Amino acid sequence: MRAVLCSAFLAAALPAFAQDSPFAKYQRMVAEGSPVELFEVGGEELWKKPQGPKQVSLEKCDLGKGPGVLKGAYAALPRYFKDVDRVMDLETRLLHCMSTLQGRSREEATKRLFGNDSNPSEMEYLSAYIAARSRGVKMAPGATHPKEKEAYALGKALFFHRAGAWDFSCASCHGEPGKRIRMSDLPVLSDPKAARPLIATWPAYRVSNSQFKTMQWRINDCYRQMRMPEPTFASDATVAMNMYLATVAKGETYRGPGTKR
Amino acid sequence: MKKTLLSIALLGAAAAWADPGSQEVTQVLKRDFHARGQATMERVVQDGLQRICTETHNNPPAALAKTLEADQMKTIAYPQGSLMGDWRRAEKVAQSGRGSMWNDKPGADAGGGCYNCHQLSPKEQSYGTVGPSLLGFGKKRGNGPEVQRYVYGKIYNAKAYSACSQMPRLGYAGTLSEEQIKDLTALLLDPASPVNQ
Repeated sequence: MRAVLCSAFLAAALPAFAQDSPFAKYQRMVAEGSPVELFEVGGEELWKKPQGPKQVSLEKCDLGKGPGVLKGAYAALPRYFKDVDRVMDLETRLLHCMSTLQGRSREEATKRLFGNDSNPSEMEYLSAYIAARSRGVKMAPGATHPKEKEAYALGKALFFHRAGAWDFSCASCHGEPGKRIRMSDLPVLSDPKAARPLIATWPAYRVSNSQFKTMQWRINDCYRQMRMPEPTFASDATVAMNMYLATVAKGETYRGPGTKR
Repeated sequence: MKKTLLSIALLGAAAAWADPGSQEVTQVLKRDFHARGQATMERVVQDGLQRICTETHNNPPAALAKTLEADQMKTIAYPQGSLMGDWRRAEKVAQSGRGSMWNDKPGADAGGGCYNCHQLSPKEQSYGTVGPSLLGFGKKRGNGPEVQRYVYGKIYNAKAYSACSQMPRLGYAGTLSEEQIKDLTALLLDPASPVNQ
């Protein structure tokens, strides 16, 4: 019985109105013991570690605020980058820096994008470190360049696009308020009110997997469950989806990396 | 000639600013997704129903919805004889959310993922609410041939009854076998099934 109760607690996401419910208490407890900080420390090490054929670190990587500037960089992503003439999200930009600064091949740098509980991936560590440098900063993804507008429009269209063996779109699960899959609340991600607190706490440590999860992983795993083929890492479609979600959450103060069920 | 070129150019300019339609999104999916395991690239190509539901925001005009539903109805392959299998075997199928994903072994036992969205047996507290509660389904409706036909058909191809339903076409998609759908039909309709206690 106790096990059932525990897993019920684990599985339930927190409705905003239930601040003092046992669920809120549980979430506070989890947050206090979250290893997010360990991921930040690991990410800082990797950021500064010379790697690749050129044996240089990522410290000169320009995430949009200038080479090496991390403060507030994540909260302003995705955005248009003139040097590549495309919109990039955090992981896409990191991959770009691994290639240009460190001289690493795409093949080598993408060999292990998503880690597991005993061996997290480089992208997971780096995402934790960089996203944490935007804590307290208002989310403001790029919204002026035509390619930024295009990415938003594509992300939105993707969100409602039904395809695959089970006819799902993102909105099949995230389109109606007050619904659950099993015990998990399903936020309506097209609704700023519901989406903002969630998007503002990704990337995140997930207690149920004992793993740190990135936004690229989040999108990848949704498409897996939608019975679709796999979205290619850092492709325009994945960046567009991130652009759509970040734009729905625009104006929210970033307070991640979060801790999720 | 000039005029035609001009209007093509104008159309092109307009398209660059318009929101992408479902055909453009499909092109993006073809470019930016790749096959993995049993999730082949054929899956990104929308069938007519998926396209119409996307383009009408799941609300096609009534006449069109009727046509779509009639077309989907034709896909339902009803087995001979009774449509009620064994509800005892069905609980496992209702519980399992596996099947048809890129990390599922092709041919391995799949589930219907029923509890993800529906309440069924009162013993299972962890159920979703995307679909209606099915608790007491057979108790309220009996289990005559008409109801059996409806339940089997609905699980096989939910779109035959509601064109843009969010429920997967579990038989039509090849996720569930005839046996499994018969067992699930019994789970909903057999008076001895936990659903009807």
